[in-house]
Amino acid sequence: MLAAAWCDIRCDVAPFRLSGTVYGTLLNHSSALAALQGKLELPPYNAPPRAPVLYLKPRNTLAGCGETVQVPAAAAELEVGACLGIVIARTACNVPAARSLEHVAGFLLVNDVSIPHPDYYRPAVRYKARDGFCPIGPWVTAREAVANADALTIRTYVDGDLVQTMSTADLERSVARLLADVTEFMTLAPGDVLAAGAAAPAPRVRAGQTVAIESDALGRLVNPFAAAAA
Amino acid sequence: MMRARVAFAGAIHEAAPLERGRDEGRVRLADGRVLGEEEVVWLPPFDAGTVIALGLNYADHLKELAFKPQDEPLVFLKGPQTLLGHRGFTRRPTDVRFMHYECELAVIIGRRARRAARAQAMQHVAGYCIANDYAVRDYLENWYRPNLRAKNRDGATVLGPWLVDAGDVMQPANLNLRTYVNGKLTQQGNTRDLIFDIPYLIEYLSSFMTLNPGDVILTGTPEGVVNVVPGDEVICEIDGLGRLANTIVADAAYAR
Repeated sequence: MLAAAWCDIRCDVAPFRLSGTVYGTLLNHSSALAALQGKLELPPYNAPPRAPVLYLKPRNTLAGCGETVQVPAAAAELEVGACLGIVIARTACNVPAARSLEHVAGFLLVNDVSIPHPDYYRPAVRYKARDGFCPIGPWVTAREAVANADALTIRTYVDGDLVQTMSTADLERSVARLLADVTEFMTLAPGDVLAAGAAAPAPRVRAGQTVAIESDALGRLVNPFAAAAA
Repeated sequence: MMRARVAFAGAIHEAAPLERGRDEGRVRLADGRVLGEEEVVWLPPFDAGTVIALGLNYADHLKELAFKPQDEPLVFLKGPQTLLGHRGFTRRPTDVRFMHYECELAVIIGRRARRAARAQAMQHVAGYCIANDYAVRDYLENWYRPNLRAKNRDGATVLGPWLVDAGDVMQPANLNLRTYVNGKLTQQGNTRDLIFDIPYLIEYLSSFMTLNPGDVILTGTPEGVVNVVPGDEVICEIDGLGRLANTIVADAAYAR
């Protein structure tokens, strides 16, 4: 398999390249919220999230299709976070939901890899921002080629076994709504990627296994996982 | 050496301070032109990569917020659209009750760091600048706290005015920080009171993520954060790094 660096990901629509800024959205899939049912109102959270809960996957985490993800020696397993990635075409600042899709160039698949962590109270940088922990790709599919971004099925395979099927129809905030609510407080720039949220429970992967994430409209993002050198 | 990045007459320039006699407060562009501080548009003084910020990293500020010390640094990340230069404007939403500045020492990485040991950590530092890392407390939620809506707002992370070479900052672990709101001193601290110091932070961060040239660590703020409102001029000052000015503006300027 030929590995592609993330910066070479094909994008045949404006802005023709990714900026390298990738944001993730926590708890935006109904299954992820449901998994915390009964805990949302308790400490340390005290209330369900009101606004979108975002985090960054910084540039050291980005990887392309085919690149190997290093599994740290201290982690027995990693979580696979299959997400729809929204690629921004035009600067999106405080855009209403009814117009927000006009700011979208297209979509790709995001594998938001994490070390399993016990709670969501503090930012999970040590668990989510490790080198190579955000494979994206395999290419950007133009918005016009996706009939309905809110009805995409995304399947995750580990060593060929189907381990998760999720639909973007179950997002708490739809693609258009999420863009509106996020750009109310921060501007998204051309080439930025906003991952719309992973489903729960997250499939696990160990060193020596290969993860494939696919969606009919978006292609197949494949990454081997290997033990990191000590 | 101290250098700034400024926009002037259709281009972006490197600029150096002029400090003596009648030239005090003026800058010299690399092409020789000498200009007043108000004649140029100040940009963040370097091309920032990953922006890493620390919360609760001064003992006194912890006390102010009624928090117990962490056993691990409280780290969060920020996006590029939040960065702003010296003399810029930062928006305060109309509906909020508590928005405050945070004067911080920013450490800029010059050489790639991967699993850097504490003893070698400072070799990876290119230089320093002042950061003013605004927060809107009304928007804090207990999910990945401090969440991006409170801490990653457009133009709410001010950097500058100068990138000062590491070699010119003799004691980064003993620098006074001060913030003035409309000329009145409101915040004071010293980097010797950092809970997790700079070498520790570089060692800690590079143990799980590669730090690349241009990445910047905002090391946290001491006590003395107060609410600011439209029209307020906020000046953050650090020994040897200069004075970083910012003005708070209301929603109306943004058609909100």
